[in-house]
Amino acid sequence: MTMHQNDQFTLAEMKTGQTGTVVRVLGGHGLIRRLDGLGIRPGKKVTKLSSTLFRGPVILRADNTQVAVGFGMARKIIVELDKHLPRAS
Amino acid sequence: MTRILLVGNPNVGKSALFSRLTGTHIIASNYPGTTVGFTKGYLKLGEERAEVIDVPGSYTLEPSSKAEEVAVEMLKEGDVVINVVDATNLERNLNLTLQLLERQTPIILALNMWDDTRHRGINIDVAKLEKILGVPVVPTVGVTGQGIRELVRRLPEAKLPENVRTYSNSDERWARVGDIVSQVQSLSHRHHRWYENLADASSHRIGGIVIALLVLFVTFWFVRFVGEGVINYVADPLFEGLWTPLLVKLSLALGPESFWHSVLIGKLIGGEIVYSQSFGLLSTGLYIPLGAVLPYIISFYLALGIMEDVGYLPRLAVLMDTIMHRLGLHGYAVIPTILGFGCNVPGIMATRILESRKQRFIAATLISIGVPCAALQAMIIGVVGRQGIGYVAMVYGSLFISWIIIGLILNRTVEGFNPELLVEIPPYRLPPWRVIGEKLWLRVSGFIREALPIVLGTVLVVNILYTLGVFNAIADIAAPILTGLWGLPKETIAALVVGFLRKDAAMGILASLGLTAKQLVISSTVLAMFFPCVATFVIMARELGVRDLFKAIGIMLAAVLIMGSLQNLVL
Repeated sequence: MTMHQNDQFTLAEMKTGQTGTVVRVLGGHGLIRRLDGLGIRPGKKVTKLSSTLFRGPVILRADNTQVAVGFGMARKIIVELDKHLPRAS
Repeated sequence: MTRILLVGNPNVGKSALFSRLTGTHIIASNYPGTTVGFTKGYLKLGEERAEVIDVPGSYTLEPSSKAEEVAVEMLKEGDVVINVVDATNLERNLNLTLQLLERQTPIILALNMWDDTRHRGINIDVAKLEKILGVPVVPTVGVTGQGIRELVRRLPEAKLPENVRTYSNSDERWARVGDIVSQVQSLSHRHHRWYENLADASSHRIGGIVIALLVLFVTFWFVRFVGEGVINYVADPLFEGLWTPLLVKLSLALGPESFWHSVLIGKLIGGEIVYSQSFGLLSTGLYIPLGAVLPYIISFYLALGIMEDVGYLPRLAVLMDTIMHRLGLHGYAVIPTILGFGCNVPGIMATRILESRKQRFIAATLISIGVPCAALQAMIIGVVGRQGIGYVAMVYGSLFISWIIIGLILNRTVEGFNPELLVEIPPYRLPPWRVIGEKLWLRVSGFIREALPIVLGTVLVVNILYTLGVFNAIADIAAPILTGLWGLPKETIAALVVGFLRKDAAMGILASLGLTAKQLVISSTVLAMFFPCVATFVIMARELGVRDLFKAIGIMLAAVLIMGSLQNLVL
């Protein structure tokens, strides 16, 4: 895993159990809008709950909502990790 | 009549609340011109009877799927909106609330799942929320009925807030939502409950697969146990004890050689009426839908209803996602597929939840070819199962292999894109038995209403065609394929033709032909994959358009020719 600026990782790169704040969604208008409806938008705190084998969907939690996103989408969601929690290496 | 709309996010307990509000008389229907379904019921409001509509769940009023489009469309036709809000997810839900408030319909808020907030350490100041929003807010628990009376009592107070704010973009609205939440909600420490640990396990990368296999095994066992139980302890005793004596009297009165005897009772096997073989209107015609199939319809839809309302299906969608991508679909396509195991018609309708045309075409084609409906499955288990459960497994195995191979090929050949999965995973909930019961009743009564007349009509037509010798004529034309490729006696053509009307009735014909176990496996596989029944045919034409329907049929014909021949060679 490569080190990014300011501890920013894609949701796909994050480790299970890590928490951070969404800074950007790189997708098109449609993806941004659908994630927005689910409450996942820049500024939102999210926790990665699990991933699936063979680049399957990633499950994340925002407040009390759990959402599964495809691996490709997970690579478009940029998250800045919380500083006080164990970092990805 | 006042029209009340129940509007809210998916998975907020809207159906449970709906069921509490409306009581018994519920109608399931489609929104005009679409295949998006909704349920409608009635509520007594003082002297007046008001119509209550359960609008499909939606996250925003900017639709991104057909179902959400319909939700927005229906909003225009309501007099009052009950906005159902998940109290444990206030922020996300209020986003929709603010969008609703910008519209011109009076609103009352049902703060649902109120009982859950305490476990989760969420405290909401209801009075303050009411003051800020400017509309009535009532805490409710749809599953137990708590707060429903209060909701109905305050329904006339539903209103538009005095100064409606509009937001120029989503960020502004979210900012306002955050502002409201920080004013009315406070969080305290909470304990993890035992089933939340289970919820985490079923999303785990390995644990999830183990749990999924366990769930599927238990489901199949349950469906068979309940289905066979109803057949052995209810349906068969009723037919044998009450109906057979009447038919025997009728048989004697008509005389075994008469025309009406052959139409109504059918042929006697060793001097007796045999429900699986006589093939008369009142014997086999009634026994197939009510005696053999209905018990499995009940058990299948009971199991499906529990899985739906407990919240397992989205987790299954996540687990299946990687495999489904190979077939040109994504995990969410397991939902129409599972529905297809009940009846292909709602299964194919549900392909509407998929985003791209490619996905919808592949999903619908795969359902129509590789997914046998509950009526057909009940007959396969009944008829082929008599030869041994291994033969039933061969039929299912062949269908599964066809499903996979056709999917793999279509993924590479059909143009278009295959978007990714994006789905909310709702928390596990204890099954709301009332909702499950009502849904079961809707589905079972729908089956009786639609299937019974068609099966009876089919049996009647088949008997007339037999008498006229029509099947013999077709049988001679089809003989090269039937006998040459598939090793079946040419009489089986009657079953394949009838399969176009009702596949369960067609299995009834196969049962009466005295086929060998191998022939039964081949003929029931062919029957399952071959032309879908007429109802499925119509819905495919409507969903896919005529061009794609013909493409699907071409694929179907090629697949059935190959699979039937392979089985004949290998078995």
